[in-house]
Amino acid sequence: MSKKESTFFNMIIALVVITIVAGASLGFINDITEGPKAQAKLEKKINALKQVLPEFNNSPVEEVLLYKPKNIKDSIEIYFGSLNDSHIGTAVIGSSERGYSGLVKIMVGFNPDESIKNIVVLEQKETPGLGTKMKDERFIRQFRGKKPSEFNLKPTKDGGDVDAITGATISTRAFGEATQMAYDVLVETKQSKN
Amino acid sequence: MAEKITQKENFIKGIIKDNPVFVMLLGMCPTLGVTSSAFNGLGMGIATLFVLFMSNAVVSMIKSQIPNKVRIPAFIIIIASFVTIVEMVLEAYIPFLYEQLGIFIPLIVVNCLILGRAEAFASKNDLWSSIVDALGMGIGFTIALTALGAVREIFGSGSIFDFRFVSEDANTLILFILPPGAFIALAYLSVVFNKVSKTN
Repeated sequence: MSKKESTFFNMIIALVVITIVAGASLGFINDITEGPKAQAKLEKKINALKQVLPEFNNSPVEEVLLYKPKNIKDSIEIYFGSLNDSHIGTAVIGSSERGYSGLVKIMVGFNPDESIKNIVVLEQKETPGLGTKMKDERFIRQFRGKKPSEFNLKPTKDGGDVDAITGATISTRAFGEATQMAYDVLVETKQSKN
Repeated sequence: MAEKITQKENFIKGIIKDNPVFVMLLGMCPTLGVTSSAFNGLGMGIATLFVLFMSNAVVSMIKSQIPNKVRIPAFIIIIASFVTIVEMVLEAYIPFLYEQLGIFIPLIVVNCLILGRAEAFASKNDLWSSIVDALGMGIGFTIALTALGAVREIFGSGSIFDFRFVSEDANTLILFILPPGAFIALAYLSVVFNKVSKTN
């Protein structure tokens, strides 16, 4: 087989053909994966909701409330869970930019009396083996059943009530901050409703 | 090379004699970055294997149509397309792995192992040899990453493939899952690998 000469025309034709084929195949794959991608995201959200709320039989994802607090740039998603039309809990997304490597995003489920039902970590980039322990049962269980109005969400080092993860005070702080934000939003929306 | 190497030798060389990680030290960024656990190493290895396989095959098929002066941009477009495909497929069907590997999937594009094989091998050899070469190199890369991930996970987290063999409270050598541990583990594994493969 003879190699194509590196003439101006040949080079342009080769690159044009390659980019067109590449672009077309990427568009094709994107079309195929679009559905499953959205599905995977939705499933993740529903799974998180199932973990942080008591049993519900409405569809919180469809009844999501977007709330825009004054001092935060993004609106926050609030999900209401109900069983046979009676309100059984609220799930609020909380986040903090002050994790050890940036964003920490969690979902906090609150019982109707404003105590924490459960917390699930949605996104984090903390140090594996240290900050990532915020996902562990050992860390999360200290929040269950606590009311943030009586339970200071700062680590003990900062005068709060949270036992910090060993070697990951910054991650603990960010986690507390995110939880606090979720709680503040919950209280604010309740006030605006009344 | 005057002598003709067999396909079997071609395949084996990627795993042992020219192992991309332990011998050629190629693709160090994902090697050091994602191997904090054996599973991550395996996932990254397989994703790289797929991209390498596809890019070697395509480059080998169209090599006579690519003018020499634009071969590098042509190779990179091919590689980048396959990487993007891998990224979309992982996000859609294996979201768990997609989250774990994060930024390192797009970085497969600049993994010099892949461009290196396209340039040094696939652009000079026929389709069949290129595929065998990609499989050998890809499997060698996967084995190396999994081994490195396993060593770091055993020392750093006290588990292997997420199966814990120490209690959650046990103190593990956290250093091994932090970046310096990657260098230390890689160095010792390379020493052992080269010692063993040279004596045989």
